[in-house]
Amino acid sequence: MVAPFLAYPVFVMQLLCFALFACAFNLLIGYTGLLSFGHAAFFGGAAYITGYLVKHMGLTPELGVLAGTLAAGAMGYVFGSLTIRRQGIYFAMITLALAQVVYFIALKAPFTGGEDGLQDVPRGMLFGLIDLGHSYHVAGKPLELNLYYFVFTIFCLGFWIIHRAIHSPFGQVLKAIRENEPRAISLGYKVERLKLLAFVLSASLAGTAGATKSIVFQLASLTDVSWHTSGEVVLMTLLGGLGTVLGPVVGAFTVITLHSELSAIGSWVTVVIGVTFVVCVLAFRRGIVGEVLEIIRAWSLKHND
Amino acid sequence: MHLSYQMVLAQLMLGLNNGAFYAILSLGLAVIFGLLNIINFAHGALYMLGAFVALLGYNELGPLLGMPGFHMNYWTALIVSPLVVGLLGVLIEKTMLKRLYKVDHLYGLLLTFGLALILQGVFTNYFNVSGVSYNGKPEILRGVVNLKFMMFPTYRLWSIGISLTVCFATWFIIERTKLGSYLRAGTENPSMVQAFGVNVPLMITLTYGFGVGLAAFAGVVAAPIFSVSPIMGAEMIITVFAVVVIGGMGSIMGSIITGLSLGMVEGLTKVIYPPAANTVIFFMMILVLLIKPAGLFGKEE
Repeated sequence: MVAPFLAYPVFVMQLLCFALFACAFNLLIGYTGLLSFGHAAFFGGAAYITGYLVKHMGLTPELGVLAGTLAAGAMGYVFGSLTIRRQGIYFAMITLALAQVVYFIALKAPFTGGEDGLQDVPRGMLFGLIDLGHSYHVAGKPLELNLYYFVFTIFCLGFWIIHRAIHSPFGQVLKAIRENEPRAISLGYKVERLKLLAFVLSASLAGTAGATKSIVFQLASLTDVSWHTSGEVVLMTLLGGLGTVLGPVVGAFTVITLHSELSAIGSWVTVVIGVTFVVCVLAFRRGIVGEVLEIIRAWSLKHND
Repeated sequence: MHLSYQMVLAQLMLGLNNGAFYAILSLGLAVIFGLLNIINFAHGALYMLGAFVALLGYNELGPLLGMPGFHMNYWTALIVSPLVVGLLGVLIEKTMLKRLYKVDHLYGLLLTFGLALILQGVFTNYFNVSGVSYNGKPEILRGVVNLKFMMFPTYRLWSIGISLTVCFATWFIIERTKLGSYLRAGTENPSMVQAFGVNVPLMITLTYGFGVGLAAFAGVVAAPIFSVSPIMGAEMIITVFAVVVIGGMGSIMGSIITGLSLGMVEGLTKVIYPPAANTVIFFMMILVLLIKPAGLFGKEE
């Protein structure tokens, strides 16, 4: 709640958007065992749709975000139906290739602005009443508090939905599918339908994150739908800790901070991100939160004896 | 729209040319996947590296050695570049991939993704993304050939020929020789093959080296046609992944045939409806997935 007073607000809002994106992604890989390499399609796709509707149709920001979420959910349903029958590496490759279709559409379609992206998306009036572009002067610095609390609320809502999903019977079944799919089938669960539901939920929330991002930055760009973004969200989740509730948030924080701190070194950032990937995979598969949980677990085991 | 016979044929030939690159790259992926069970995301970056070895060998090696007039010529690059990149592949397998065989195969994909970012980042830092053209095209391959129905650049004809030769040679080695039968047996049952006295870990290492060597070879062949740039592999690899999904990862021949035919489909689309040329392969993929989820030549799990 106090974050905007402590750090650069746009940075915090960017962080919240990517944290929500990573949490949504983690719902799929961490709890269902499906590695989607095309999640940027939902993130960026929703960013474009929200951007377009708010800019050209005059939608209010909350309706824009809602529309983006629904569109991403619908896209998730189509992609999910196509991919859910395949597993592991195949699943990853097919989601990647499908996301590439979205990338080409974003590049070629008449309403997306091609290489330039969709620019100058207005922040608009929340419910037609509250001006999200308004900035307050606190201690001589302009702070866009309305916008910040809008983003913060969306993040909390999304995070709460994911938290509820994970800790519901539905979430338990997803974990069962991840651990042993044939057994889940033999227990009578309609595995394909549950997986599809998880995929749609994950896609929708990734869309929420992308839609919010387009309001914050007033921009939907090709970067949002590119496979680098898909890779980045994998890294965030992996670095923070697959299948942990807070992992993706920590991961997003780390990666976004890396980006902003290292922006001065140009394309060496890509190298740093690549090295982080390699180190994570080789030495650090539990991720930051995963490792911490492991330490706590080991410690409590030792002290309970 | 009026479609001339000549235009269609020309685009088909250019498509065949692209298809030859798709074939050789998806073949390398299939060979690596067969034995290591890893989708080599770094394949595109290693293809790019192959092209850069040829480029730097031609432009920079002479000055570096203090002999300004010296160029590593095209023919040497065709041998040296796959060897250099293959050696790097051996190093990658020995130091990194080897540690991942016991965990989920997805980690292999993630590791090679990281490697791709590193390679791409390093080269972007030293070279412009817009690319450099390679001037080492040999004299004999300049000019055009009269194919009766059209005039076609000699170099492109050569690149189709040499790529296909390498593809079919690889197919022959894997499907028709004793070495190949070890490889195939190794994918079925590594511990059994090990028990027969075959050094399976070494075989895996060399297979990875060979697979990425193929990528580098494609890179050298591509260098005189496309401009050599740090992102050339990133653009290529996603299309090749789609080719792999369409073909199914099962068969070597499948990847060659799928690669070639999709190149031609792309070429045809350029004549019929140009804006769709970049996406047609992905739409084909969706179509194939709806009908045959395991791909055209793949086996159902």
